[in-house]
Formats: sequence, C-alpha cells, structure tokens
Amino acid sequence: MKTSKTARCLSVLYMFLLLFMTTGCADKYLVLNPKGPIGEQQKDLMILSTLLCLIVIVPVLILTFVIVWRYRDRKGRKAKYTPEWEHSTALETTWWGIPVVIITLIAIITVRYTYSLEPSKPLESKVEPITIQVTNLDWKWLFQYPEQGIATVNYVQFPEDVPIRFEITSDAPMNSFWIPQLGGQIYAMSGMAMVLHLQADEQGEYMGSGANYTGKGFADMYFTAKATSQEAFDQWVSEVKGTSAALTLDGYKKLAEQGTSDVRYFSSFPEGLFEMTVTKYAASHNHGLSVKARKEVRIEE
Amino acid sequence: MWDKAKEFASEFFVTGDPLIYGADVSIALTLIAIVSVLTYYKKWGWLWREWLTTVDHKRIGIMYILASVLMLFRGGVDALLMRAQLAMPELQFLPAEHYNQIFTTHGVIMILFMAMPLMFGLFNVIVPLQLGARDVAFPFLNSLSFWLFFSGAMLFNLSFVIGGSPDAGWLAYPPYSDKTFNPGYGQDFYIWGIQISGIGSLMTGINFIVTILKMRTPGMTLMKMPMFSWSVLSSCIAIVFAFPILTVTLALLFIDRYLGGHIFTLDGGGNPMMYINLIWMWGHPEVYILVLPAFGIFSEVAATFSKKKLFGYKSMVFAMMIISVVSFLTWAHHFFTMGSGADVNAFFALSTMVIAIPTGVKVFNWLFTMFRGKVTFETPMLWMIGIIPNFVIGGMTGVLLSVAPADFQYHNSYFLIAHFHQVIIAGVVFGFFAGLYYWWPKLFGFKLNERLGRLAFWLWNLGFYLCFMPQYALGLMGMTRRVYTYGWDKGWFEMNLVSTIGAVLMGAAFIVQVWDIAHSLKKMDREGTQDPWNARTLEWSIPSPAPFYNFATLPQVTHQDDWWEKKQRGWSAPAVELEPIHMPKNSGIPIIMSMFWFFSGFGLVFDWLWLAVPGFVGVLACMIVHSFNYKPDYYVPVEEVQRVEAAARRGSK
Repeated sequence: MKTSKTARCLSVLYMFLLLFMTTGCADKYLVLNPKGPIGEQQKDLMILSTLLCLIVIVPVLILTFVIVWRYRDRKGRKAKYTPEWEHSTALETTWWGIPVVIITLIAIITVRYTYSLEPSKPLESKVEPITIQVTNLDWKWLFQYPEQGIATVNYVQFPEDVPIRFEITSDAPMNSFWIPQLGGQIYAMSGMAMVLHLQADEQGEYMGSGANYTGKGFADMYFTAKATSQEAFDQWVSEVKGTSAALTLDGYKKLAEQGTSDVRYFSSFPEGLFEMTVTKYAASHNHGLSVKARKEVRIEE
Repeated sequence: MWDKAKEFASEFFVTGDPLIYGADVSIALTLIAIVSVLTYYKKWGWLWREWLTTVDHKRIGIMYILASVLMLFRGGVDALLMRAQLAMPELQFLPAEHYNQIFTTHGVIMILFMAMPLMFGLFNVIVPLQLGARDVAFPFLNSLSFWLFFSGAMLFNLSFVIGGSPDAGWLAYPPYSDKTFNPGYGQDFYIWGIQISGIGSLMTGINFIVTILKMRTPGMTLMKMPMFSWSVLSSCIAIVFAFPILTVTLALLFIDRYLGGHIFTLDGGGNPMMYINLIWMWGHPEVYILVLPAFGIFSEVAATFSKKKLFGYKSMVFAMMIISVVSFLTWAHHFFTMGSGADVNAFFALSTMVIAIPTGVKVFNWLFTMFRGKVTFETPMLWMIGIIPNFVIGGMTGVLLSVAPADFQYHNSYFLIAHFHQVIIAGVVFGFFAGLYYWWPKLFGFKLNERLGRLAFWLWNLGFYLCFMPQYALGLMGMTRRVYTYGWDKGWFEMNLVSTIGAVLMGAAFIVQVWDIAHSLKKMDREGTQDPWNARTLEWSIPSPAPFYNFATLPQVTHQDDWWEKKQRGWSAPAVELEPIHMPKNSGIPIIMSMFWFFSGFGLVFDWLWLAVPGFVGVLACMIVHSFNYKPDYYVPVEEVQRVEAAARRGSK
C-alpha cells in the first residue's frame, strides 16, 4: 500500500533523527546535564512529569493507530460497524477520569516543587552564601561582588559547593538571567532586585546567557560562569584587585551605553552602585536587596 | 527643496537593503499587473459590484481566505529567511536588525493576519450554511469587519517598505517597545495595524454569537447544532471578552509612545509588568480562540469520514465551554520567571493543567468516533488523523511547560518555540487545512485533486516533524529564542540544519497546494460537488457553490445530523411554494470607511494630523451616512429564485 510505504520511510527517518539526537552528544543537552542542586531537581521534575504524561500519551498513540487500522473501510471487513453508537457513560467517565488522575498527580508534584524551588528561597547549606549582584545592560552583563569589592563584565566566577545569592536587576530593557547547567532563569527587570539562589557542585565552565530579547546586540549576551575551588576563587579575587582598574561612576555610565563588550575586570566599584541602579526608577520596589541602601546615592547629572 | 525631499524620502522609505529593494520592485510589478488586467478586461465594475461591496457571507469568507493565503506566503517567506540565517553558525545572511524585524513580523502576521482571517473565512463560509440561515445576523457589519481586517493587515505590511518594520517581538513588551528604545515608526505601524483589524475581529465575534443564537433554522435547537458551529460559538465568546483587552492595552502603549505617557515606562511611575500581564490576558485566550474552531472541524471531519455519529456530543460541548472560560485564567504561565512568587505560580500552573483535561477528553471522543466506524482516507480525513499524534505531543509538552518550577528551564528557549509551533501549526493551521479541503467543493463548486492533496499532506507533516522536533532538542541544549546567530562552540549546528531542511519542505508543501488549486481550477471537476463526502450537516443539502440566498426554502430540522438522517430515510424535498426571499443590499460604505481608518492609522504612525484628523472625520461621516440608510434590504422575487435554483442544480449534480 502506498501509505504504509510512506509511513515506513517516515519511521526510518525518525530512527535516524533519534540516533542523531542520542549518540555521543549527551553533554550538549545542558538542561539535562545539570551541575548544581537546583538544576538537578528541575531535571528530575522534567523527567518525572514527562513519564507521567507518557502514561496517557503512549496508549493514545497506539490506540489511534489500532483504531484507524482496524476500522478502515475495505472489502470483506469483519470489524463491527455501529453508525448510531454515540454515547457510553462508562467510557466517557473513564476518559474524563484518566486525565483527571494524571493531572492531579502532576499538580501535586508541581505545587510542592513550586514552593521548594522558589528562586528567592535560600539554599540549605553549612556554608555561608556569597552574594553576586547582576545588572543587565545593553548588551552586556555587569557582575558586582559586594563582599569581595570587585566587578566583572560578561564573566562570573564563584567557588564550588557554596550557595550563591544572585541579586538581579536591569538598567536596560527586560532580560532574563540564565545559566542552564546550574538552574532555571529569572527575569532581570529595572526598578527591582530579583533574587535567584544557585550553586555549582562541580568545578567547570558553564554557559550563561540572556534569555529574553533586548534588541540589536542581544545575541552577544553570553557569558561564562566558572566554578572553581575556594582557594582558586580567592586567588582570582586578589588578582583582579591587584591588576585591574577601578569602575567609576562615569565608567559605569559609559559601560551602560548601548554596545557589546568583551570580558572586563574591575578592582572596585562605586559604593551602592547596585542599590542606586535599582532605586533610580521611580516605581522601585527595593525588596530583595541584601544591603539596604542606607545612604541616598544619586547620579549627578 | 530637493535636499529636503531627499531627506524625507530616505526616512520615509526603507532603504539600504537589497532584499527590500527586490520586494519594492515585485510589489510594484504585481500592482501594475493587477491594475492592467482589470482595466484590459474591463473588470473594475464587476470587482466593485460583486466583491468589494458585497455583504454575502460566502464571498466575504472567500476574500478572508484569499487574504490569509497571501499572508501565509508573506509569513512563510519570513520563516524561511529566519531558518536560512540559522542554518549554520555565524552566517552573515541577515544582520541582527533585519532578523529582529523578521521574527516580529512573522509572529504578528501568522497569528493575526493569517490564522485569524483563515478562521474567520471558515466561520463566514460555513456557519450560516450549517445553521440553515440566509446570511449572518449583521451582514453590513460583517463586510465592515473584513475591510477593517484588510486595512489593518495592509497598514502593517506597508511597514516593510515604508517607515521600517517593528522589531520588538510579536507582543511588543515594553520597555523595549517604548519610544526610548524604539524610536522608529515600526512600533506605531504595529499598534495601528493590530488596532484597526482588532476592531474588525471583535465585531466578527459579536456577529457570530448573534447569528448562532438567533438565526438557526426551525427545529435546530442548540443541542442539535453541528459541532463546528458550537466551536465557533465558544471561540466567539472568548473573542468578545479578550479583544477589548488587546485594544485597551495597545491604546495605552500608544499613549506612552505618542503623548509621552508613563503607563508602561520605567520612569515616572510606570510599570512594564502591567503590560505583560494585560497583553497575555488577551494573548492566552487568543490561542484558544484559534484552536477551538479547529476542534470543531476535527469533529465534523471525523464523523463524516467514519460514517458514524460524533461520539460524546454533550461532553464535547461541555469541554469546549470549559476551555473557553478557563483559558482566561491561565495567562501568567507565560511569565512564571517574573518573580511573582510561589502562590501565584502555583495557581497559574494548576489552572493551565486543568485545561489539559477537557482537551484530552476531546481526543478520546474523536478516537471513539472512528471506533466501529467505516474510516476512509480522503484528504480532509488524512489531515484529521495526522493531527492526532501531532496535537497529542504538542499538548504533552504544554503540560510539561506548565510545571512552573521546570518552566524556569524551558522558558524562552527553543523548547517553548517548538511547543507553540506544534500546537499552532499542527493544531490550528492543519485543522484549518482539514476544513479547507473538506469544504472546498462547497465553497467553490469544484473538487481539488486528491493525489496532490495527499502529496501536500505528507510534505507538510514530514517538514513539520523535521523542523520542530530538533527545536525541542535545541531548547534542552540551552538555545534561546530570538538570537539571530550562534557560535560554532555551542554545538547547535546539526539540529538547526535539520530544522531548516524541514522548513524548506513545508515551503515546498505550500507550493504543491497552490499548484493543486491552479491545476483543479483548470480542470474544473464539478461532478458531484453538492455532497461529495456523503456528509451529515445542512450545508451539504444545497447546491455547490451555494446560491446567494443559500436556502430557497428554510429546512425543517428534526435530528442532530439532520442531512444524514434525511438521506437515510430516503427523504426528498417536498414541493413547497417558494416565497420572495428577504436579503441584505450590498454597500460601499464598509470599504470606504475602512480606507478612512487606514489613512487615520497611517497619519498617526507618522504624526501627520493633517491626514489622521480628516481620516477620522471620514469614518464618522460614513457612520452618519449609513445610519440614514433606511433601505438596507430587498426581496428576491420568486421567479429569480426559481431561475437560480434550476441553474445551480444543473451545475453541481
């Protein structure tokens, strides 16, 4: 038959595609290859919800094939034909019931994880978290380390096994801060500091990106997130302090202008710069700031 | 003077891109060709009388469908350009600015100017025929809806060559769409193109609700109504509640841009998050507005080609009504990552999952419509069956996305892109294709070629899977949407290449469809087009194409699938005495009024009040003129009905 031939071609192609997707490139699937507790739980959740869905989906697909095949119109067919049969309370109750059960299961899991993975919730750890303040600029990421006193552009480094408290804001159109192998993203918005807790369990370099479109230079907003040992991190901090220039207020204004940027390091930054960026918009909510802006800091225009 | 004119022209027209110059030339040539053909064959009068001023729902429907096919072409070319740019890492085919414009226009055009009019076209052509009505409830309004849509669509498309296209994505999130970051004209074209056509959509929604509630033929109670009409009702209810939100949202954005308001800006107390909420309060129901009628089509097609009653009619109706209500309670699932907190996210995750239940039920009902039926595989049924696995997978990834904490990893990635293309292409567009193939003989009175139809079906499906399955993978690899290029180091090359190949196949499938239409138009196979599928509902009881008054005598309905029942009983039409038929008169006001709207919109885009104000005055004048029209209707004499009936029966039997 003509259709079955086409179907065969299709399935061969499909196998080919599957082969393509699964052979030797598992590392490429960043989301399925997490290196931190948050990403790990999100991956588990993704797999669990997929499996639950498949409980319904697979039988439906098989059923579709069987029904279409068995009840196709042809000469000498033995299968029943009941043109008036249109209702069966038992059957209809069953398939209102099946999705209700599956969806209820997924819903319970979802609600539990929604609370436990709420991004502003601190991670459980014996180690003190470090804070990194992230500012989305057109079209680069500025990272400030309030505890270490340094700043970087398009590069962020932190020690492994230490919870990181990212405080995220924007001095440009809304973006989204995402390091897929560590965990899910969160929007970077002006006038507020969003909090995202992540942690790396392994040393390594992870891809970070801006996930929400912000215009011309948006495709250049990748950055590297590097997790190292505590010693290497401390050494890196003192190296940046010793060798780089300071970020001044004027320097920040220049940096905030539209344009892409290479990786840059700064030995210091103006005190309260992040708080000022958050609060300079009139509709600010300054919840989420770890260091409350005690001093009124204003940009001298 | 000359310098000033030159400066104006360089800002007014889009310059500097060979692709756009090419488009300029082809647009000019097409226009010249159309004008010359019409003039040479002296067809201007015919065009004006028979089409431009018509209030006949069937002709309006055909114009909707024609316009949507044109827009499918434009949106499809946009898609192919994007896929070409992404086929390989670091390609220099399109610069970032151009790519950003193209993904924006692709989204807007495909949803608002392709899917919506294709849907409205099917509403128009089929609903009155299914109800046994002679036209919609408000024929004048119907024509106005079409022309408003058309003006809006043309205004939006004009931005391609004049003023510059919008580039802020299909929903134009501020602050990026604010004047600060987006000073050009494109965003204003976006606002006015959608505003003008949106008014038309709202009126269509009202029109069809009233038509369905008030214009059904004697005996057709609501629970005897065909499923497609039910789906139209549920979709229109959603339109009536959703579209005003869109209009208000865009009006507020316009105030920000034009009058320097601070509603959604960062400074001055504005809040962009408000816009994102508002636009999705429309945007989410919009998706269901599109997919509900497709559900109706699947139901009709499944019953017809299984030669069996639709299984679970009541639960189908119930499911659609639930969907149209609950679709208003899920909007925040589009931004779980905006930090609304666990309570809000949990609520919207649950409401989203709830929708999966009635949707799942519908799939089971379609399957059991085929169960113990006599399934045949004509083109419309092929689409229907092909859609089931497609839609089931798309639905499943939808449930996955609704798991809020996991969505933090899917959001804004190609996983999301793949999901919504799967539900919108495989659910909505393929569904409307099924409807088009199904009702084509009724619409035009000739049949399409089955072989070419099957070829198009397989190409579309093969292309679809090749294009979008790899995009799920790309999402899991961390590829985010709207990037115009990516590096070799990312490892995204192979999947993107496969995806582009799939897109090309879908392009080829579109060409096969156009070829099919041209081929069938030439062959003009009119044999047996009145009821070619041995179908079940009233539209198949009258000749194809239907006479302009649809039913010479209004049918008396006693059963759910009344036409099928009548055929089973060997019923033949009793000889009733014909009466003069009450019909609406054509009117030139809708097209003229829409032209005024177009000028107002164009004037506001360029801040030319000398054009915008007269435009609005013209709109007002049209309203006044129409309200003094005391004779919008007339009676078709019995002799003419007899003549048309005799000719139509000869034509289609």
